[in-house]
Amino acid sequence: MNKHEFSVIGQPLPKIDAWAKVTGETRYADDLVLPRMAHARLLRSPHAHARIAAIDTSRAAALPGVYAVITGADLPPVKFGILPVSQDEEALCREKVRMVGDAVAAVAALDEETAERACELVEVTYEPLPALMSIEESLAHPEVRIHEYGDGPNVHKSVALQFGDVEAAFAAADLVREDVFFYEGNTHLPLEQHAAVAHWGPDDKLTLWSSTQTPHYVHRLLAKILAVPAAHVRVIAAPVGGGFGGKLDPFAHEIAACQLSRLCGRPVKIALTREEVFYVHRGRHPVLMWLKTGFTRAGDITGSHLRTWLDGGAYGSYGVASTFYTGAINPVTYKMPVYKFEGARIFTNKPPCGPKRGHGTPQPRFALECQIDRAAEQLGLDPADLRRRIVAEPYTKTANHLTVTTIGLGECLDRVVEASGWREKWRGWNAPPRGRGPVRRGVGIACSSYMTGAGSAVYWNNMPHSGVVLRADRGGGVAILCGATDIGQGSDSILAYLPAEVLGIDPKDVRVHPADTDLTPVDLGSYSSRVTLMCGVAAIQAATRLREVLFQAVAAKLEVDPSRLVARDRKVGVPDDWDRALTFAQAVELGEAMHGVLAFAGSYAPPKRAGKYKGGGVGPSPCYSYSACVVELSVDEDTGMVELHDVWLAHDVGRALNPLLVEGQVEGSVYMGIGEALMEEQVFRKHVHKTPSMLEYKSPTTLETPAIHTILVETDDPEGPFGAKEAGQGPLLPVMPAIANAIYDAVGVRIDEVPITSEKVLRALDLKRQGKPARVGPEKLPLFTFKTPLVVESAFGQPADAITRRPFA
Amino acid sequence: MMRLPPFLYVSPRTVAEAAKAVAEAGPGGMLVAGGTDLYPNMKRRQFEPTTLVGLAAVRELRGVRGSAREGVTLGATTILSAVATHPDLLRHYPALATAAGLVSSPQLRNMGTLGGNVCVDTRCNYYNQPYPWRKAVGFCMKKDGDICLVAPGSRRCWAVSSSDTAPVLWSLGARVRLVSASGERTIPIDALFRDDGIEYLAKRPDEILTEIVLPPAEGWASTYLKLRRRGSFDFPELGVAVALRLEDATVAQARIVLGAVASQPRPATKAARALVGQRLTPDVIAHVADLAAGPARPLDNTDFTHPYRKKMTRVFVARALGRLAGLERAGRDEEELA
Repeated sequence: MNKHEFSVIGQPLPKIDAWAKVTGETRYADDLVLPRMAHARLLRSPHAHARIAAIDTSRAAALPGVYAVITGADLPPVKFGILPVSQDEEALCREKVRMVGDAVAAVAALDEETAERACELVEVTYEPLPALMSIEESLAHPEVRIHEYGDGPNVHKSVALQFGDVEAAFAAADLVREDVFFYEGNTHLPLEQHAAVAHWGPDDKLTLWSSTQTPHYVHRLLAKILAVPAAHVRVIAAPVGGGFGGKLDPFAHEIAACQLSRLCGRPVKIALTREEVFYVHRGRHPVLMWLKTGFTRAGDITGSHLRTWLDGGAYGSYGVASTFYTGAINPVTYKMPVYKFEGARIFTNKPPCGPKRGHGTPQPRFALECQIDRAAEQLGLDPADLRRRIVAEPYTKTANHLTVTTIGLGECLDRVVEASGWREKWRGWNAPPRGRGPVRRGVGIACSSYMTGAGSAVYWNNMPHSGVVLRADRGGGVAILCGATDIGQGSDSILAYLPAEVLGIDPKDVRVHPADTDLTPVDLGSYSSRVTLMCGVAAIQAATRLREVLFQAVAAKLEVDPSRLVARDRKVGVPDDWDRALTFAQAVELGEAMHGVLAFAGSYAPPKRAGKYKGGGVGPSPCYSYSACVVELSVDEDTGMVELHDVWLAHDVGRALNPLLVEGQVEGSVYMGIGEALMEEQVFRKHVHKTPSMLEYKSPTTLETPAIHTILVETDDPEGPFGAKEAGQGPLLPVMPAIANAIYDAVGVRIDEVPITSEKVLRALDLKRQGKPARVGPEKLPLFTFKTPLVVESAFGQPADAITRRPFA
Repeated sequence: MMRLPPFLYVSPRTVAEAAKAVAEAGPGGMLVAGGTDLYPNMKRRQFEPTTLVGLAAVRELRGVRGSAREGVTLGATTILSAVATHPDLLRHYPALATAAGLVSSPQLRNMGTLGGNVCVDTRCNYYNQPYPWRKAVGFCMKKDGDICLVAPGSRRCWAVSSSDTAPVLWSLGARVRLVSASGERTIPIDALFRDDGIEYLAKRPDEILTEIVLPPAEGWASTYLKLRRRGSFDFPELGVAVALRLEDATVAQARIVLGAVASQPRPATKAARALVGQRLTPDVIAHVADLAAGPARPLDNTDFTHPYRKKMTRVFVARALGRLAGLERAGRDEEELA
């Protein structure tokens, strides 16, 4: 189908829930009110690491207005975690707390204030243990164990993979660079704080409404944690007011609300405070990185060797995947024939890190793009030209056995170079400064790539990753049921657009019923940029099945061959005899008369392309998006302050199903990237998060957001629905290194860690004035021995595996 | 953060009624005007008043009168956005209009009052935290504890004066009128403040700040620069208020007052004295900026590192003077938004 043949696809339509969001109609989890509802609060640990000697809840339970008080002893003795390999969490800690904010008791009461007062009356006797607050401390104190499992004392996971002979690759290089980088942790900062309502009914069945990105995984894990049949548990994802990866795990507050509801026989609501959201976290891992890359004189990469140390926090969460992701995606962007990756995730007594937008990849992306910038300088090359030269080949495999399909990165680069005026603004290495007074202007460039959906579920299975059921009603409307969760990215809207396109009706004629485990087929959740592609393909499949049946019925009525029929403008008919076309509603009636109830399923599972080595399951994706970014900014040499002027970002989205939504994702990514690059840091003092509030945790406002020039590049990927790839995460990735590179262009200092604060810029400028290396960044690496790498042959340059050969197609 | 705790709200119509109400409320009573600082602090249980005497309905407390020639009197509950956009203030007392316009966000400036900003609670990032946080870290002497977490050996509290308008009013030579049930007094604004993070006001709790009186503006030029991480929301991490009277391009009188470097606005007296009799040449400005940075002794209890805030004192004083000298504007146009 060519673009001009589309009626809905490619149109800048408002989201189907836009009116409700704007007018305040949308009912988030915290807006739900049920009769007789109780309110719950959690008591959280004030200690970063301590043994629990005793808990006495008697005074709390005796407080008037309290319905139930529970501790870990009131829950089945089950440890859980989102990944089967990291079952290390308890909703309410029984023996030990591992961070400030770990929950130890929960209270349901007639209102929140009473519940809070009762929490204060719970007497917990702690025996404090030494708190390990950094990678260095955790490795230096193997005698203090945060967990008893893992790949070593306080080492959650250690991985080492080698694809090809990296030493030979360095020997063949004209320039070998070794650089060290640090990427500070930061948090998702969704506007909506997590909330849940649990109702354990008199029929002994449980319903949970929650602000979650993964109702299916919560459903599975609740059954396990509460030791009840999954068939008696229903999870409904309420509309989510921002996720960014922060609502992907099962959480203590959800589990506590369920158990409290079971005990007190009332619905129970629990809503986290902003402070608690900072403790729940699962955000960006702080990652220390060592990167060694060989380049030829012309700028080609001969090989690359990356080491990453992740500060994981107190629990596993998605951390094993995060660790692999710090290594998996770098080879997807550029021709990188040989690759070695070593990574380790270390436990610390801080809130657990997990999957924030870009999951594990912004950190090594920052390292690689900043290093390429330096290599370009040493080789005397234009950093845009160097990148253009080494863009990966479409329809090939990478060194680490990932199959890439379409690649629009070359066009992305050309378009941002053109739009930004790069050729005039970038005036060569060590060109005289631009600007007046102490204010210097600079431009920087960076690229990235990201997966469109993880190739594997978090638990091993052969079932679809996404499914829909589509039902046509006699009024000419269509209902689509799908387990996907709209977290603001617009997945509900996509589920309306795609069937509307296939069936020739208006998106308004499609009613979307998302994320209810009783009613909707499973979708694994809103993570890894998987939803548009996976539920989109499933939705097209179901709609196409419905259309076939409608065409049969209409063809019989009109006495024509079904192959001559088209569906458009809410009609079905023969194009050159359109006067006789039937309305869509009539077509549905005929179809239902012929076939019975019109309900059709669509299913999607990604192609099975995991590399045939241990660890090869992390990184494969149906297709990859690409982005290129140019930033123009000013640096004040007296204050070190950075002001952004313009960001040009070109994104290869495959096809923009709705360009308005894609632009929204790009702009949101740029905005988030600015925060990560310049301000945001999840840092601790006296074992506690230093700034757990929206005022003191500095994240940019609209005033810090520059003009964002979005350029959409369409490559029509064969794997995506109507050719679409992801847009939710990829455009974030090049922003941080492009900013760092632009700062170098402006004032000649390298800041090798984010956030790039004005203090760091000023410090680097002082070093420069003193004639010292003008760099601020990590100076040393942890003493840590990686295990012997698994050596696998590089698959670089091999032709891609078969395209669009997927299960259930 | 939890919801507000229960309290009694009294809404007098006149200053006399308000003074009586706050006297009757005793130690559990507090005054509230816009509430933009007090209410969040109550939600964090930093203040637990039993009675709030609201000044919103006291009409005589609101408004701007007078002229640049005779001096201007501002009612204490005049909202900050009105101060920021008042044509006479913009023209004759530009530093005050600028400072009022840089407080927090537009929404808060539409609620927050000038008097409230002058009296705003001192801040410290060990103190402006929710109750469970303070419990985890250990309570400090400003609330619920008995030590200072910033300077553990200290006997005093080092919370930071975080008003944008107070240093400006000090530099302008403003006076404040305080009214209580037992009488009233008008004092220079520098006598309103004390160098203590807890007892940071010399005002008695039963006294109501009713008016801010500005002296005549003729011959004076003034400016205010603010350091903060973002262009909105943030409290000052450094404020520089400069007021000069120039005679034939020579400085006849000068006041430089620093905000957010101590528990009260901090005058840079030596620096100001060094300006008198001088022309604002780049050399003079550089010398005076070095002197002005002397009294700034920030501690590690706000955003930015304290050595950085100290360094920026010199830069911001130089820029403020450069601006008043009409020298080419250093830095970006929005630098006061830093």
